[in-house]
Amino acid sequence: MNDSRPELATLTNGLAVKRSEIPVFPVGGFGQIILDGVAARQRVSALFGATSPVPGATRLYVVLADDEQNQLFAAATDVIGDEFPSLTPRCPQVHLFEREIAEQFGLRPVGHPWLKPVRYRRSWTGRDAWNRPSGQPILPAVGDFYRVEGEQVHEVAVGPVHAGVIEPGHFRFQCHGEQVFHLEIALGFQHRGVEEALLGGPNARAIHFAETLSGDATVAHATTYSQVIEALAGCQTSARAQAVRGIALELERLACHIGDLGALAGDVGYLPTSSFCGRIRGDFLNMTALLCGSRFGRGLVRPGGIGFDVDADRVAELGRRLDAGEKDATVAIDLLWNTQSVMARFEEVGPLSRNVAAELGIVGPAARASGLERDVRRDQPSGIFCFSHIPISTCETGDVFARAYMRWLEIQQSIGFIRDQLKALPSGASRVPVKALAPDSFAVALNEGWRGEICHVALTDAQGRFARYKVVDPSFHNWPGLAYALRNQEISDFPICNKSFNLSYCGHDL
Amino acid sequence: MFKAILARLQQKHRTMKYPDGAPPPLSDRFRGRPLVDTSKCPQGCRACSDACPTGALDPRDPARLDLGKCLFCTDCANACPQQAITHSRNYQLAARDRKDLVVTRERQAVEVVGAALDAKLRRLLGRSLKLRQVSAGGCNACEADTNVLGTVGWDLGRFGIQFVASPRHADGILVTGPVSQNMALALKKTYDAVSDPRIVIAVGTCAISGGPYLGHPEVAGGAEAVVPVDLYVPGCPPNPLTILDGLLRLIGRIEDGARRG
Repeated sequence: MNDSRPELATLTNGLAVKRSEIPVFPVGGFGQIILDGVAARQRVSALFGATSPVPGATRLYVVLADDEQNQLFAAATDVIGDEFPSLTPRCPQVHLFEREIAEQFGLRPVGHPWLKPVRYRRSWTGRDAWNRPSGQPILPAVGDFYRVEGEQVHEVAVGPVHAGVIEPGHFRFQCHGEQVFHLEIALGFQHRGVEEALLGGPNARAIHFAETLSGDATVAHATTYSQVIEALAGCQTSARAQAVRGIALELERLACHIGDLGALAGDVGYLPTSSFCGRIRGDFLNMTALLCGSRFGRGLVRPGGIGFDVDADRVAELGRRLDAGEKDATVAIDLLWNTQSVMARFEEVGPLSRNVAAELGIVGPAARASGLERDVRRDQPSGIFCFSHIPISTCETGDVFARAYMRWLEIQQSIGFIRDQLKALPSGASRVPVKALAPDSFAVALNEGWRGEICHVALTDAQGRFARYKVVDPSFHNWPGLAYALRNQEISDFPICNKSFNLSYCGHDL
Repeated sequence: MFKAILARLQQKHRTMKYPDGAPPPLSDRFRGRPLVDTSKCPQGCRACSDACPTGALDPRDPARLDLGKCLFCTDCANACPQQAITHSRNYQLAARDRKDLVVTRERQAVEVVGAALDAKLRRLLGRSLKLRQVSAGGCNACEADTNVLGTVGWDLGRFGIQFVASPRHADGILVTGPVSQNMALALKKTYDAVSDPRIVIAVGTCAISGGPYLGHPEVAGGAEAVVPVDLYVPGCPPNPLTILDGLLRLIGRIEDGARRG
């Protein structure tokens, strides 16, 4: 750690501090803090705008995660006027964060190399970073795309509506024959105004927004939201509630990882694993339904604890189903690694090098597949993960195979974790009352969802209402990783590359 | 190859017998529609409708419930001081008429409403229904549990129902999500590209009313704002069984809860 480094606020995952404890730096110093932090192997978990007590200013906040020191840092700055110097040329992982600040607050990051909208909507302030006339509608994915020109170079455009049962997004490939020179991804089609609707909250819909930020990560987002509320209300959940949340989080990971391996098998035409895993995924979703009635965990996680307790019979039944699911999944997935035609399609396709993954700020299994050892469950643990540790595995090759194999490693670890929890489920109240939220406070909560780090940050006003609620889904970090992995690949490999990341459109679009 | 055959033996034949046999078991905590025992309601109590995140319960008459807005959560039941609200175990929720989703006091006892296409359309589409799916602003849970119908356990293909890769190959579209403003044009264009006669199926509370995003300026508030809807499948998300039941009743494979070959 550099001694001359300015004093930042040190935070703990799931604890609130007063907003006045977040130091406010001049714009230049704030940028330098981010650059220095990233140079010291910290990550930008969140970078966002909010209102400022200084008239005419917009306050920017950053949350930096130091995975090696297991610490979180926060800092702020006030941007006066309508522009600030872009950090993206020197720090690629803030690329989308700066575009988002431009779109939401109408602030121009000067020097940003590719300043386009993120979700194609009007700004919150009435100021427009692109000086678009206010009467004209803003159409999604309309505007300039990066173009490669030359003989035999052609452009392929796909979406927003896709050929399968998939969320909408627009993909623009610059191709030379089969080879992809560049892929640009334009999203925003799923934008439904969640952050906007949370201003002034929490309200009756807030937990439902959390549960639907990304429907296949309901437990992860609802847990993160609940931890933010609990931090602001000074509320301590029981060990039992934390254990059940942990079990549900790992069930969510299991269902999605198994489904993804089936889908990857399907995309290379290997139907046995594709068929088996499609069904086995359902068995794991039904284990979540055993806990709370919903296959996606709706209603299970609530601020203060859990909405449904588990009795001994349910624990025993879950254990039985877990054993059966493990056996089926092992047989189905082992086929992949023993089938040459599958391995030939997985290996050396869509590689993302360790350096590129680190520079882009990639999170989750995609980061670990490229050799980056980062996992919120170990680095910034909260809830049950403070007491019960999950081993972390990494791969080195960063290709489709590595991202697939990471899932298999994590499947085995999650099953082991759930089994341990079921053996020794702590006692305690399923849910405790939640008091009013502390005013003028700042709280961060992080969880390792199945795609990677989920980060929620809440700022309360003098009345204890949300003055800002920021959601960072792991997909927000990882979409640029997919675009990068496609470089110099064949366009026909796009489906398996895409599936190997399996990113959320709605989690990105909010 | 030998390993794949052994694996196939281990995994067994898993396609369910339904609809010719019993439906697959649902969790004992499965939530169908909320049932309000109004005999327990104290005068002037609005605890349930006040707690409802989407205004699905009528504040003047809690027995009046709009399934097209209901998230099937537990907020009303938890808020009720009299414990007068339970959830039905009935998974059959789909209806052809938007009005049928509003459960009134008189209709409390009616479990299933008609969902079948008229005879002419049923003759055309009853044995082969190809659908284009448009995901429009939701959370991807409805899409996930629609996709599940294609797995070997459910095997949607055995009913002649299939998701196709082009609207030009489709008899209709299946919409999920509240229809974000950014997807409204794409949904309309997809609909226009399907040739007549065509049908639209709205799956999930978002696609019916906007769901939790009801009233947001960023969404149109359901598929109906852009295209006419022929079948509504409520749920957040609907269980795959609820979706399949809706599809099978639509094409006449099941009638009034009874099986039909």
